[in-house]
Amino acid sequence: MSAVQLTLHQFRFDQKTFWRNPASVFFTVLLPVMFLLIFATIFGNDRIEELGDLKTTTYYVPAIVTLAVVSATMQSLAISLTVDRENGLLKRTRGTPLPSGVFIAGRVGNSIVVSVLSLALVSALGRLIYDVAIPWDHLPAVLVTLAVGAASFCCLGFAITAAIPSEDAAAPMTNFALLPLYFLSGVFIPESEIPSGVLDFANLFPVRHFFEAFFAAWDPATTGAGFEWGHLAVVAAWGLLGLVLALRFFRWEPRG
Amino acid sequence: MSAVAIEVAGLRKSYGAREVLHGIGFEVRAGEVFALLGPNGAGKTTTVEILEGYRRRDAGDVRVLGHDPSRAGSEFRARIGIVLQSSAVYHLLTVQEIVDLFAGYYPAPREPGEVIDLVGLAEQREARVRTLSGGQLRRLDVALALVGDPEVLFLDEPTTGFDPAARRQAWETIRDLRSLGKSILLTTHYMEEAQRLADRVAIVVSGRIVAEGTPAQLVAADRDATAIRFRLPAGVEADQLPGGLAMSVGGDGSVTAEASDPVRALHELTGWALERGLDLDGLEVRRPSLEDVYLQLTGDAARTSEEANG
Repeated sequence: MSAVQLTLHQFRFDQKTFWRNPASVFFTVLLPVMFLLIFATIFGNDRIEELGDLKTTTYYVPAIVTLAVVSATMQSLAISLTVDRENGLLKRTRGTPLPSGVFIAGRVGNSIVVSVLSLALVSALGRLIYDVAIPWDHLPAVLVTLAVGAASFCCLGFAITAAIPSEDAAAPMTNFALLPLYFLSGVFIPESEIPSGVLDFANLFPVRHFFEAFFAAWDPATTGAGFEWGHLAVVAAWGLLGLVLALRFFRWEPRG
Repeated sequence: MSAVAIEVAGLRKSYGAREVLHGIGFEVRAGEVFALLGPNGAGKTTTVEILEGYRRRDAGDVRVLGHDPSRAGSEFRARIGIVLQSSAVYHLLTVQEIVDLFAGYYPAPREPGEVIDLVGLAEQREARVRTLSGGQLRRLDVALALVGDPEVLFLDEPTTGFDPAARRQAWETIRDLRSLGKSILLTTHYMEEAQRLADRVAIVVSGRIVAEGTPAQLVAADRDATAIRFRLPAGVEADQLPGGLAMSVGGDGSVTAEASDPVRALHELTGWALERGLDLDGLEVRRPSLEDVYLQLTGDAARTSEEANG
């Protein structure tokens, strides 16, 4: 098989493993949808004056898309890779002729496909239930943001896996890294409610910038094509840092 | 294929300051089953993982199918099959699916269905891996090691934790593999397993090979003589036993004679008993088993290293 065929072969089984695991389907796909419904229910008819009298639901759709993509990439990879490393599956796979690049491509492909599905699902629900317009005009910007963000958060997923000592620590450690950032970056709480000093702090990390890039695409006030190159550059820089750390520290053998 | 599948010479490995292999050397010929037999912590798994390419050696020469495993790539891994010490599989796939997945990794795989039949999992083909028993999981490991049609198989403690019935089944499977012409390197701490399966055995203790040969050679080289045991007949005192034999009488009336020439000794003993019309209750003649040899060698080695460590 060629490398492409082999990647598709691996991807096909990664997909089966993903969709058959109730925890991965719930936490990666359904939880973001649940968050959208909860936030929309709580803040339903509010408008955000500071953001040009924006509908709250219009704010939350790109916010939850951000959450969903980060879950499908960094969080989902960190958990599944740690589990597979600790039960020896990564080591076993290393003992086959499968090139490690193909194995990684299969997993990353899985994360990207789930990201695309989540993005489509959240956007469609936003449109159907809350009448939040799908930003067709900004579709190229949405796709570029998705590509840069998914790739970067995948790299960060491999990097954080290297720091996770055991299967039990995988979910707590990724949550410890991400949950505060969701709050501080305006993903859970509208940014108009967050002190500017806090936003400055959140701006050091990639979640805030990734959200800003998606937000621009959904924001009716955006003029032009909606590409947020500055924000995407910060996300990509974090991705690059993750890649360097992953190449240096990622291990295939169990640590426990 | 060369006549030698695996060559190891002067193999050394340390973890930090602790040296775990102190110059191991052996050869596995093509088509034979070779067992590394030793207690836990003897260095068996470290040796095997160096041969599989997982670990780097500190010193020594290692060749597997002509490759240096520490530098070999996909081409080498396509020719070996690995059963690691603990099972590692995707729990949410079915047996058929995971064998299909692994088959796809190899350039010239065997038919997945055949391999599943060979290891005796035909009935579990559509079962999710997580529903398999420990023994079935281990057989799945063997299937995954075989599906690439390897020339050399590494089986690291393939039956540890098995009940006796499952172990016997696994032995059948390994014998079948041998008849396929595979060279097999097996590690085990079960003497019986080595004795039943291996053409040749190396006994490893504390990172050294203390004995090597066919199971029969190892037993023959043993210093212990054959043991003849029986119960002291009623009315016979210890000092009335034939004098030509070195006998010891236990407090429970059992007699043990160590005989370096068991045929002559038995003749003398049974002649003595027949003359007097005595029965020799519980008469047994026992050649030392590989287990006796193993226990003696591992005991000796442990004492030597204790003395060396002062």
